[in-house]
Amino acid sequence: MDHSAATQMEEVPPAGTSASFFRRFFLNGWRLSAFIVSLFVIIPLGVIFCSWLTPAGGIWTHLFETVLSELFLNTLWLVLGVSTGTIVLGVTFAWLTAVCEFPGRKFFSWSLLLPLAMPTYVLAFASLGILDYAGPVQTLYRSWFGSGAWFPDFRSTGGVILVMSLAFYPYVYLLTKNAFLTQGRRALEAAQSLGHSRTSGFFRVALPMARPWIAGGVTLVLMETLADFGAVSIFNYDTFTTAIYKAWFGFFSLAAAAQISSILVLIVSVLIFVERQMRSRMRFTPSGKGQGTGEKIVLGPLMRWAAFLFALFILSIAFIIPTVQLCIWSLEIYHLEFSPRYFQWLQHSLSLGLSGSFLICLLALVLAYARRRNPDKLTGALVRISTLGYALPGTVLAVGIFIPVAALDNLIIALARDLFGVKIGMLINGTVLIMLIAYLVRFMAAGYNSIDSSMHRVTPSIDEAARLMGMRGLSILKRIHFPIVRGGVMTAASLVFVDIMKEMPITLMTRPFGWDTLSVKIFELTSEGEWERAALPSVILVLAGLIPIFLLIKSSEK
Amino acid sequence: MSKPILELKNISLAYDRQMVVKSVSFSLKKGQIGCLLGASGCGKTTILRAIAGFEPLVGGEIHLNKQLVSRQGWTLPPEKRSVGMVFQDYALFPHLSVFDNVAFGLRGMERSERLIRINEILDMVGLGETHNRFPHELSGGQQQRVALARSLALRPELLVMDEPFSNLDVTLRERLSMEVRDILKEFGITALIVTHNQSEAFALADEVGVMDRGEMQQWNTPHSIYHRPATPFVAQFVGEGVLLPGKVRMGRGVETGLGMLCGGVELEGPEGSSVSVLIRPEDVVHDDSSAVKAEVLRRTFRGANVLYSLRLENGDQVLALVPSHCEHSAGEKIGIQPYVQHVVLYDSASALMK
Repeated sequence: MDHSAATQMEEVPPAGTSASFFRRFFLNGWRLSAFIVSLFVIIPLGVIFCSWLTPAGGIWTHLFETVLSELFLNTLWLVLGVSTGTIVLGVTFAWLTAVCEFPGRKFFSWSLLLPLAMPTYVLAFASLGILDYAGPVQTLYRSWFGSGAWFPDFRSTGGVILVMSLAFYPYVYLLTKNAFLTQGRRALEAAQSLGHSRTSGFFRVALPMARPWIAGGVTLVLMETLADFGAVSIFNYDTFTTAIYKAWFGFFSLAAAAQISSILVLIVSVLIFVERQMRSRMRFTPSGKGQGTGEKIVLGPLMRWAAFLFALFILSIAFIIPTVQLCIWSLEIYHLEFSPRYFQWLQHSLSLGLSGSFLICLLALVLAYARRRNPDKLTGALVRISTLGYALPGTVLAVGIFIPVAALDNLIIALARDLFGVKIGMLINGTVLIMLIAYLVRFMAAGYNSIDSSMHRVTPSIDEAARLMGMRGLSILKRIHFPIVRGGVMTAASLVFVDIMKEMPITLMTRPFGWDTLSVKIFELTSEGEWERAALPSVILVLAGLIPIFLLIKSSEK
Repeated sequence: MSKPILELKNISLAYDRQMVVKSVSFSLKKGQIGCLLGASGCGKTTILRAIAGFEPLVGGEIHLNKQLVSRQGWTLPPEKRSVGMVFQDYALFPHLSVFDNVAFGLRGMERSERLIRINEILDMVGLGETHNRFPHELSGGQQQRVALARSLALRPELLVMDEPFSNLDVTLRERLSMEVRDILKEFGITALIVTHNQSEAFALADEVGVMDRGEMQQWNTPHSIYHRPATPFVAQFVGEGVLLPGKVRMGRGVETGLGMLCGGVELEGPEGSSVSVLIRPEDVVHDDSSAVKAEVLRRTFRGANVLYSLRLENGDQVLALVPSHCEHSAGEKIGIQPYVQHVVLYDSASALMK
């Protein structure tokens, strides 16, 4: 025994030298693949920060002095307003549905998630259309109070904040509800047994205990807020994303666009840091055993109906009324507007969604296996970098990916000309491929998370049991891993598919010339104020958006 | 010593119209430790929560220190009861330090006084060094003690504990339950503890209540619960043993497969009526010279003792606890002697119902 152990020891290659480190790094195929995927995130970020090395010239210094302070101020208001709005709505609904009993609680418990199905820019133009001067609300208002009556201008900072709060509160709601469900009632009981009233228990225990979840939800909300391009352009509210777009397509200065992007990335990185902190703090809190009777606090008659009306009101203005309005517009305009071109846009959207989700699921599986095979810190870091893109705004990614791809194309063209004397055009740029790369970065996290969590169900002992029963490599994959992971892959595919369908800035900025999708069409029509015409493609996106919501509801009911 | 701190009068509780506790009564005197023992789902935790004020009664009354706190249609809120509760999962507040957890209930108190109280209580449970630690930095046993300290800091009239040791491993569980008993006894705290572990209940309690399907089967001292179980359910739930069929022979005793049993029992009912007699393993003594012989069916080695399953000559089976230096293997016949100080018997019908 001793002897064979000793010979085995000798066969292990000496570790520690840098040469062997690199050899082992590149010999490990899984880790190498994870490294390549992470390059898709690292290169755009690198390119964006390197933009400071090349001066952007006169336009930029002018822009910098005049616009930048306004951008910061606008973003600040947006961040403050939307986080306040989503916390108030999300925490209130989480507490009401998780701990209290009121009429319609079960219905609201899932239906309050529905606003997630609606792309922010759709909610933005629908509510703008409803509240516009020519819209139904103001027309009715004028007929009552005369044409000179004052009406608040919805196209304002307050309007943007309201729309985004309504669109994003479900993130806070979902996370906080989980916290309250597992510990809210119990915490309240503990506080009561120590002589505190329910109200005091809520503010001194239940709310502070849920803080990591609330903050986690708010960071997600703020990432979406900072990344939003569609809603703010509909409201003509200048933020970093619209500034990036204007620098590129208005002033044709990619360098300036990249420099503005880098500022936005710095702001976002603060959010990423906060989110990581919160996630690790959630682990400190025992998730509770779901113990107790699950009995809810029965609200008094006044509070009960107040809760019902409030939930109904928010659900109406965030989802029901806009959806109804979209349907009405679509029906009104259907016979005038509908043409075979719609099929082409739909086909573009669908094919982008399908190919994108296929690509992302494939690479997410690679990442998940890489993580599984190599539990070391390096692979973990590579996977984390690869899934960082969810925090990066689409406008930033479009810039960060366009620049290196264009450079690569130019290099290839030059090589072909000099070496082979052939004249060729752009290979990657202006094709669907560049869009797919950008989607890959932006939506990798959505795909990876659901695939990875289903992969965790394949425990190492399952593999070992299969090996003991005589199964090997491929047949383990086919007969054990695939059936277990299949559900997770399907979820990942549908989440990513819908995300790509709804995606606006990347598609708008990197699409092949004249290659329109539903979301691009919505952007073009809304930028001309054609709400009715934009309704038809929007209805399709809302319908598609319902798919992941129903998956979410189903999984949360388990 | 004689006035009851806690008194339950025929309380009934229900979830969704389904009765989970049916007309339960018992009382605890000042400084006593009571235990509710029963299988999971028997309603013991529900009673605890009703005492703490979290569950409304559908019948009966709860009195705390001579004051009515719950009756049908009215429940004094938990925060006004002076009942401390230790939850099964401890329910420590993860965002507060140990010190702040203990301080949580102490409001409207002078700062210095509060400091003294908290120091005193943390020293009492042996956690003097952990003031600034957070719950997740503590071991399971330490968390348990913080939970205990937190509810004792308010000096409640009554302390209730829900399965306090079930989350701890076996060795820690025994040590900690002894420590908790010492603390409660030293400070004269009245406590009611829910558990499904009978050795824990026997070690901790002055009075034990055995519950089955929402009904109180017996409320008595551990000794009586074990040696004079009131119902066949208690007899079988607590400790080991068998119910041996027998016939009443008036004036002589009960005739069973072990022979005629008598002692400490008043025989009722007509001559020759069928009864069941509780035979604990220690009631059957190994004696090679005895005329009563039994066949060994199975032996279970327990270290100091061996537990034998025996078949009597009439086919009935009993258990016998025998010192482990006597070796017998399955199939052997050994001599045994019944040694029953106090015959416990039930009429056969109720024993069969169980």
